[in-house]
Parts: sequence; structure tokens; C-alpha cells
Amino acid sequence: MASIESRPGTGRAFTTLCTVVLVLFALIWLIPLLWSVDLSLRPDGEITSHPGTWWTSHPTLDAYRSVFDSTDMLTWYMNSFLTAALSALFAVVCCSMAGFALARTRFAGRRVVLGLLTIGLLVPPQALMVPMFQEFASVGLTNTYWALILPSVAVPVAVFVFMSFFGGIPAELGDAARVDGAGWFRVYSRIYMPLSRPAVSAVAIFTFVWTWNSFLWPLLVLSSTRTMTIPVGLASLTSTYGARYAEMMASAVLGALPLFAVFVLFQRRIVEGMASTGLKG
Amino acid sequence: MALSTTAAPPTIIRGDADARHGRRSGVFLSLPFLVFYALFLLGPLAYGAVMSLFNTSIVRPGLGSARGLGNYAEVLRSGDFWSSMWHTVQFTLYTTPPLVVIALLLAMLTERVRRGKWFYRFVFFAPYVIPSASVVLIFTLVFAAQVGPATTWLTAIGIDAPNWLGSPGWAMISVALLTLWWTLGFNYVLYLAALQDIPRDIYDAAAVDGARGLATIRHIIVPLLGRTTLLVIALQVVASLKVFDQIYLLLYGGPNFATRPALEYIFDSGFTDYRAGYADAASLVYLVVILAVSSLWLVAGRIAGRKG
Repeated sequence: MASIESRPGTGRAFTTLCTVVLVLFALIWLIPLLWSVDLSLRPDGEITSHPGTWWTSHPTLDAYRSVFDSTDMLTWYMNSFLTAALSALFAVVCCSMAGFALARTRFAGRRVVLGLLTIGLLVPPQALMVPMFQEFASVGLTNTYWALILPSVAVPVAVFVFMSFFGGIPAELGDAARVDGAGWFRVYSRIYMPLSRPAVSAVAIFTFVWTWNSFLWPLLVLSSTRTMTIPVGLASLTSTYGARYAEMMASAVLGALPLFAVFVLFQRRIVEGMASTGLKG
Repeated sequence: MALSTTAAPPTIIRGDADARHGRRSGVFLSLPFLVFYALFLLGPLAYGAVMSLFNTSIVRPGLGSARGLGNYAEVLRSGDFWSSMWHTVQFTLYTTPPLVVIALLLAMLTERVRRGKWFYRFVFFAPYVIPSASVVLIFTLVFAAQVGPATTWLTAIGIDAPNWLGSPGWAMISVALLTLWWTLGFNYVLYLAALQDIPRDIYDAAAVDGARGLATIRHIIVPLLGRTTLLVIALQVVASLKVFDQIYLLLYGGPNFATRPALEYIFDSGFTDYRAGYADAASLVYLVVILAVSSLWLVAGRIAGRKG
């Protein structure tokens, strides 16, 4: 890590000021997180009777227990995980194949596809909620996993990510294999994909996180509690809490936990993938 | 990278034949994507455009009676539609400047500290991976009158806390504060990466020339981050114009529709009033606004890129 003192011409007081401001902001960002965990560990009634206290004197997991007992939390975890994982898998396969075709082959209609992709990049899928809903309702796919997975497979930005990554791999590698008689699919799957782990993991992680966190579309197509994902399930609970603050925070913490764990595990890869691709949900 | 050459006879296909083969394979390789793309983006877009010309209902099958441009005329004349568009713009105006400026400030400060960079990166980025429903549950209580720190702490230091979620004037500010906390990490990380790309020698050269703290920031960091800033602002504006989750969950568009964004207006028209055709006309007007803003930024980016 670069030390500030090593740079000549920077005052010590200025450095101290920088650190103080940074620590203050970090505290502001930490407080909602720590506070919600603290509330979730309190016994019923303590929050309203002693609202000002920090850290409970009687920590308990009662709130978590009652969230698990009274809701389908485990089913929601399962639904979220399966839909997010399958979306990520399909998105990586479809988008990388299209990205390869655009980067390495000159097929008829290539320009048309590029144009269509640019349109897709600018059209927010949320604006298509009404026709999409009718499409899924008319074939009876609401309240199924497919309603969540199918729309999150064709991600234009992922095609561009793969296209630019494949474009950076020397064309000679593919050409050599072509001369040896390998088909284009073989060049894609045996040469380009194994060399593209950063792009694959960036697209997989981001599709996973987007699908996991998406709210508006699942809210429309999932009405039965058995098929709900975490965000929709949590939202369906909000009106039932009343003043049971501990349970409210316990469910919030439970909703945040899985992706938090993913983030802790893959922090570097996520942050680097974002920085290099500019992916935003 | 193991490539077996034994299976196929090593015929050398080059030139025209190879190009023609590439043409066909390119189409085959893009096909899965194109099918999904046509079914779940282009198709709905076209179907929505058709429906916007009809009296389609979400609860009756079929398109319903033709209405010509009637839906559009109604949308453009609707005060509720325009006030929802204004709330979306208002949200964008409230969130974009702090989300860009504070992200840049915190990234520059993080670059300067000696240890614990990973800690700051973790703290500022972590909220970004939390689902909207959890964020809203937490902030419902942060803003709550009796127990929330946003109220109790202000009262403790003698300031009259506003009615964060209950008054029409403060509700949008509360949503903006929530959004700042929730999504700042994304812009922050983009800036952090850009700062790490600035070569060390530039700082050293500036220091030799006598540049100090603030001068370094003004004359080196800010100009060199121009491209990143353009990208950050563009992504931020488009993301803010798509606001729905946190306003719907925290306030349900209230109090008294004072914060209802454009997407929630479309949602209400289609799924509460069952007027699919009308909702699609509203969607397309909204889309045109989004596309106009995005293309404005694309053009601005091109011009800035050419100058740089």
C-alpha cells in the first residue's frame, strides 16, 4: 500500500484530515448495518421500551426462530438460488456464443445483430413489463421458475463483455486450430472459453446477483408464496410485522445474508469484474 | 487447450470456403441468444407498440377495440402521468450529484490512506449487494419516529427531526438518502479503479513542480478522471431514471402519490386499472424519454472522446 508520507509535498495535517473524513463516512455507512443486526438480536418488547440503548443486554435468536417458523424463508432461499444459478448458467452459454460469433466470424446480418444489441442496451426491461406479463400469462408460465429464468438469459451487455474479451485473444490461435480442421464451435468451446475465465466469472456473478435481487418482474409473475424469491417474499411480509421490530430486522438480515456471503468470498473478483466491464444493474 | 487433430482429416480450408463456413457458423452460434432476445425483448417491445393502439385489457383476452392514437393523447394529457415523470426526474436530480461527487471524494480519500483500503472498499460496497426489500426494511426503522436514529439522534442534539416518510416534501429526500447509502459503492469502485490507473510518476512530477494536496487534486486527478466521470454519470442517470423498487417498497408512491415514479404509474395503469393498452402507450412515451437522455450522453461522450 502506498504511504502518503512517501509523496513529497503533502502535509501531515492534510493526511490526518483525509483519514478523519473517511472514517466518519465509513461509520455512517456501517451504522444501519450494525443497528439492524443489533435490533434483530433483541427480545420482543425491549426495542419500544428502551429505544435509545445500543446493544441489547439479553441477546436472543427468538426473532430469527419465529421468522423461520412463520414464513417460507427456506423455500424462498431455494427458489432464489435455483433461478439465479440457472439464469447465470444460460446467460453465460448464450451470450458467450453470440459474443464469439460477433468477434470472430463475419456472418451475414452481423451488423443488424450489433444494431439490435445497442437498442437492447438502451431499453430498460422494466418498461416492457405489461407485454411481457401478457406473454407469460398467455402460455401459463406465471408462478414458475421459467418466468424468472427465461427473460434474464439474453443480456446485451454480457454479449459486449464477451465480444471485447474474445477480441483481445490473438486470432492466430483460432486460425491455427481451423487449419487443423477444427469447427468454429470447437474453436469457441476448446480455445476461447478456457481462456476467458475473468469474463465468464464477471458475467456469471452479475447475472446471479441481478436475478437474485430483481424485484419488479418477480413481483408481477409470482403470486403464490411457494414460488416467491427472497425479495418478493420479504416484501409480502412487511405489512404483517406491525411493531415487531426484532422480527422485521431478522428477516432483513436473513434476506441480505446469502449475497453478503457471496460478496465476502468473491470480493476481489466482483470489484475487479465491475471495474473492468462497467456492469450495472 | 488440448486440441485433438486425429478425428478429422487435416483438410486445409481457407479463403472463400472458410469465410462461407464462418458465415454459417456465426449464425448458428448466435442463434440461441437471438431466439431469447426476440422472445423476451424485441417481441414484447413490438407487441407493446401494437397494444398501445388498442383498448387492451389485462384481464380480457385479445387486443380489444382499436383506439388509434387515443391512448397516446390521453397519456400526454394526463396530469398524473406527467407528475410521475417529474418524480422520476426529481429522484434523478436528487441522487445523481451526491452519488457522483461523494463517490469520487471517498475514492480519492481511500487512495490516500495508508492501511485498511480493503476495509473501506468493503464498507462502502457491501450495501450494493443487499436486496431492495432488506434495505427498505432497515430504513423503515432508521426513519421511524420513535426508534430510528435518523430521528432520535437529531432530537438528542436539539434539532427538530422532520417527518421523514410522512411529509410529501421529505419523502423523496428520504428515498434519495436511502439510495445514496445503498448504491454509492458501485460508483465508488469505478472511481477507485480509475485512480489506481493513474501512473505514480505523474504525482511525483507534480510534487517536484511543487504541487500540494489540493492542487494535485485540481490539476491532475480531476482532469484525468474525465472519461470515468462521464461513464459514471451516464450509468447513474440511466439507473436513476429506472427507479421503482425502493419507492414502491418504502412509500408505495406516497404519501398521497407525492413520490410515485413513472414505472409505478405504468405498473398501476396496467395491473391496478387493468388498462394494458394505455399502460403500453405510457411505457413508450417513457422509453422515448430514456432513449433521448441516453443518446444525448452517447453524443456527449463521443465529442468529449474526440477532444480528449
